[in-house]
Amino acid sequence: MAKHRVKFTFPQELISNPIIYNLGMRFKVVTNIRRADVSADRGWVELELEGKKEDIEKGLQWVNAQGVRVDPVGGDIVEG
Amino acid sequence: MTYARALRCRRCGREYPLEAFSICDFCFGPVEVVYDYEAIAANMTKDTVVAAPWTMWRYKDLLPVGDKVIDIGSTVTPLVKADNLGRRLGLKDLYVKNDCVNPTNSFKDRVVAVAVSRALDFGFDTVACASTGNLANSVAAHAAKAGLKAFVFIPADLEQGKVVGTAIYGPNVVTVKGNYDEVNRLCSEIAENYNWGFVNINLRPYYSEGSKTLAYEVAEQLGWRAPAYAVVPAASGSLYTKIWKGLGELHKIGFIGNVGTRMFLAQAAGCSPIVDAYKSGSTQVRPVKPNTIAKSIAIGNPADGFYALKVIKESNGGAWAAPDPEIIDAIKLLAETEGIFAETAGGVVIACLKRLAEAGAIRDDGPTVAYITGNGLKTQEAVLGALTPPTLVEPSFNSFEAALNGKGRQG
Ligand SMILES: Cc1ncc(COP(=O)(O)O)c(C=O)c1O
Ligand SMILES: [Zn+2]
Repeated sequence: MAKHRVKFTFPQELISNPIIYNLGMRFKVVTNIRRADVSADRGWVELELEGKKEDIEKGLQWVNAQGVRVDPVGGDIVEG
Repeated sequence: MTYARALRCRRCGREYPLEAFSICDFCFGPVEVVYDYEAIAANMTKDTVVAAPWTMWRYKDLLPVGDKVIDIGSTVTPLVKADNLGRRLGLKDLYVKNDCVNPTNSFKDRVVAVAVSRALDFGFDTVACASTGNLANSVAAHAAKAGLKAFVFIPADLEQGKVVGTAIYGPNVVTVKGNYDEVNRLCSEIAENYNWGFVNINLRPYYSEGSKTLAYEVAEQLGWRAPAYAVVPAASGSLYTKIWKGLGELHKIGFIGNVGTRMFLAQAAGCSPIVDAYKSGSTQVRPVKPNTIAKSIAIGNPADGFYALKVIKESNGGAWAAPDPEIIDAIKLLAETEGIFAETAGGVVIACLKRLAEAGAIRDDGPTVAYITGNGLKTQEAVLGALTPPTLVEPSFNSFEAALNGKGRQG
């Protein structure tokens, strides 16, 4: 089992979609929301994912393909 | 021996021992090094600093390092009185802090020196980073000196100069096929799964403290006072917030008076999430997709954005974003007036300084310091198209004079 911390940023049109629910159901990933801020026109959620490494990876690719931005918790990793 | 006391979460205030991690387990907030300032004030005096060697380690008591540090020959960098540039901008008391002249040609040598010294203390046998250039150069060089293995992750489309400037030190260079977000995601996963010292991930609380030396040196070079204005480039926002922290610490230990520095933050318009948040009055930074020639500071999701916004407010400062053409003009302006060839991040600083001076946000009522953090030889592509081509002549005096008259005498 692997743990992975991520931040999802949702564009307005995706805020009402059950993306986190689907991530959990489809990819057998346990989603544990730690912080979130969602308003009418935008939203972000920080969460911890637990599951098999391949499942987490596939799940995150799917979330990204839905149009959600996926970032590491704590900001970008690549620096100048 | 270190006066660093603990790591403390900047969001919820929980304290942790000085270990290798950067995010609070409880609230996911960033952790920061806290010190025993009373003990520092009792031991460190201006005299002991002045008597110490001319390197950033003269401020070691204010850094989270032990007795053994990795030093690749950094010195205190010049604070240049920029009278020529000042005349062009209408500022009489203008200085340039020239960090182009560090061993690997950017201010990253300050942060990496602290991080790699710490990595040795922690017993890591490998240090790593994900970088678009400056950080990679510095990590590879410091790892070589420290005798540590190094893994450096870079985007596959990076300019050759930056690859060479890293590979020469012999690290494992991994180029990642993919866009910026994909590189980011991959590296965060690698960092979670390998027991390596990632300088800007699990060593980040230590790494970022190295930037404070840019505050200490400037205050000393100004005769132990804080500047009235500072213009600082921001990618993650770490450097900007740490310069503010450093000035505050010097006041706390009695080296300088009240810090009235108005802190100005500079980004490129093609990647300005912090400036955008500031202009819209928001405390939340919205991630953006970077698109600018200033690649070294093109971070779309800045880790310290929230804290940088706080410093803008606390210091009664401001923020500005410079479009690419102004960045190129500013690189040339700095070179032509002061003889300093800065990389694109330096162009961003000078372009923003110019606008801020024109707008009256920066005035002539005290010293202004522009922080130039990287060397132009690293980003030559950016200015290549903007330079006057050389004059080609036959190897004869006549040919030279014909060319000279044709062009008209200069100067
Ligand atoms: C030349 C240069 N200047 C400034 C910065 C700003 O760094 P940060 O805001 O992440 O501390 C960087 C690093 O990314 C850089 O390479
Ligand atoms: Zn916390």
